Amino acid sequence: MTILDELDEQVKANPILLYMKGSPEAPQCGFSSKASQILIACGKPFSFVDILSNPQIRANLPEYSDWPTFPQLFVNGELVGGSDILSELHESGELQKIIDEVDIKD
Amino acid sequence: MSACSSIETKLTQELEPSHLEVINESYLHNVEPGKESHVRIVIVSQKFKNLNLVKRHQLIYKQIDNELEGPIHAISLHTFTDSEWKERNETAQESPDCLGGMKTEET
Repeated sequence: MTILDELDEQVKANPILLYMKGSPEAPQCGFSSKASQILIACGKPFSFVDILSNPQIRANLPEYSDWPTFPQLFVNGELVGGSDILSELHESGELQKIIDEVDIKD
Repeated sequence: MSACSSIETKLTQELEPSHLEVINESYLHNVEPGKESHVRIVIVSQKFKNLNLVKRHQLIYKQIDNELEGPIHAISLHTFTDSEWKERNETAQESPDCLGGMKTEET
C-alpha cells in the first residue's frame, strides 16, 4: 500500500479528522490552534494527527488533498479547508451544520 | 523581486482582482526582521463566483506555488466576490496570533 492509499484510508476511516501542528491541547502554530478551537466549539468528538511528529504524512498529504498548507480538516473524507476557511464557515454557521450532520459511530 | 510583490503581480494578472492586499505579516512572528515568512492575502475577484472556498484557495495556491516553496512559511487567504466583499463592509478577519512554533520546527 502506498502512503497515498494509507492517507485515503485514514481520511475515510475518521469522519472528522484534523491534520495539525501539535495537538489541540498543545498546538504549535496559531492557525492550527484556531482550527482546533473552532472544532472543539462545534461540540463533537474529532480525530487529529500531529503532522510535526508524522513527517511522512506532512510530506504527502498536500499531494493527496491538493492543498499545500496545514491545518487541514476532513469531514466524511472531503477536504473542508484550512484555518481561514474554518473561521469563515464558523462565523456563518455553516461549519456547525456540517459537523452536526456527521454520524459518529461508537 | 520580493515574494510579496511577485505574488501581487501574478494574482493581478491571473485573477483580475477589484481589490488585492498582499501583506507581509512576518513582523508579528518569531522570525528575523526582513523575512517574508507569514503572508496575508485579501483578494476580491469575480473569478471566485460559483467556486466554494476550497476551490478558491486551490486556485490561488496554483498561481503561487513557486513562492510557497520558497521563503513563505504560512499564508492566510481571504477570498471574496465583489458582492460578498460589499456585504462584509470591505473587511476580512484578522490572522491568528503566532505561537512561536516555527522556531521549534527549525531546531
